[in-house]
Amino acid sequence: MRAPFLDFASAIQLLINGDATLGAIVKLSLLVTLSATALAALIGMPLGALVALTRFKGRSAVIVILNGLMGLPPVVVGLLVFLTLSRSGPLGTLGLLFTPTAMVAAQAILITPIIAALSRQVIEDLWTEYEPEFAALHIGTRQRITALLWDSRFSLITILLAGFGRAAAEVGAVMIVGGNIDGFTRVMTTSIALETSKGNLPLALSLGMILIAIIMIVNALAWSVRQWAERHAG
Amino acid sequence: MRDDTTVTPMIRLTRVSYDIGITKILTDVSLDLAPGKPTLLLGPNGSGKTTLLKLLMGLLTPTSGAISNTRDLRKAFVFQKPVMLKRSVAANIAFALSATKRDASQATISSLLRRVGLEHLHDRPARKLSGGEQQRLAIARALALNPMLLLLDEPTASLDPTATKAIEDIITSAANDGVKIIMATHDLGEARRLAGDIIFLARGRLGEHTPSPNFFTRPSTPDAQHFLAGDLII
Repeated sequence: MRAPFLDFASAIQLLINGDATLGAIVKLSLLVTLSATALAALIGMPLGALVALTRFKGRSAVIVILNGLMGLPPVVVGLLVFLTLSRSGPLGTLGLLFTPTAMVAAQAILITPIIAALSRQVIEDLWTEYEPEFAALHIGTRQRITALLWDSRFSLITILLAGFGRAAAEVGAVMIVGGNIDGFTRVMTTSIALETSKGNLPLALSLGMILIAIIMIVNALAWSVRQWAERHAG
Repeated sequence: MRDDTTVTPMIRLTRVSYDIGITKILTDVSLDLAPGKPTLLLGPNGSGKTTLLKLLMGLLTPTSGAISNTRDLRKAFVFQKPVMLKRSVAANIAFALSATKRDASQATISSLLRRVGLEHLHDRPARKLSGGEQQRLAIARALALNPMLLLLDEPTASLDPTATKAIEDIITSAANDGVKIIMATHDLGEARRLAGDIIFLARGRLGEHTPSPNFFTRPSTPDAQHFLAGDLII
């Protein structure tokens, strides 16, 4: 067995050389995760705002379910998407199984509840705080919603970044629905799992370093946004 | 009781009561509020001052009785602990202006800020202001609605003498500009300095509504006499 430091040295060499395989995997990973985050934001944020600002029968149950779905096991999501997109499934005719689109769908399903539940909490907390002032200032419904979304913007960006981080680090669901096909659906997390099992530790390690760097950058961004918001918006 | 037969009242309360469940907060309050010098609401904690202000503003609906306004009476309300929007000082004013048909230009914003002595804090995040400054901004926000009637709920509670003086100067200036002020306070000195007339509440009932000098020299009810003597009214 090779000494671990040799694997680290080879991994760093791969990063320095800008290995083409590595680049393609990182590019696809970012494309899939950014698409999934955008899709989840489009569904999750309006859903969160709707639940926060409306009162209806069964609202508490919806909140409990949304909060519960934040802990969805990725492999279960992968299995459900697999069954839906498989040849005999309800959307089998679309032929999306083992494509990046299926991976986007799986990641989006995984993080939509996270974005919706956290958005609901942020908007509802601000609504509770602002409601008496809005009433006293005679603020109309449309202006109320716009103001709440605008004043929550920094928290909502942080939520989006959290969703992105969760999706980027996910392996189970994309492995099931993407199939980890070389050059087509192979992303960082699935590559790390595969290369580790093959004993190709330098590639696995270099991908791991990039993944950790991305997660760190995302968290640093979230932190910076929060700091900037506190300094400039209060 | 005060007799305002010579001045048309802005607001008339006829046997107004407000209950929460079986708890009576206000009982059978009848009074006329006329334009002119500030009206100060006095009374011990739990006497119904804030509830009366909220009823006058329309933030609460009487359980029984009626409140009638003169036509098109523009009202504004400042809470004891106003909530600042997560924006700059100027943006808080702009937000209030946007709720009206008033011009939200920089000149209008600056004019309102000058009126409350906050022009130099134009770009400061509103939540970073001191308690007194936040209260002045809340008054400026209320004045942005161009009110004929301004309701203030203990705006100087827990402020130091300098901040209190600044608020009282703004109130006097607004009253001189023709804005009718109705303000709750615990501070007898403040009531002496500002009030044209006094409404005294005790245990949710109207004790007195009388010109200020009469109240302080010849209180007509035992509760008011005890209150002025600093006795506990339970």
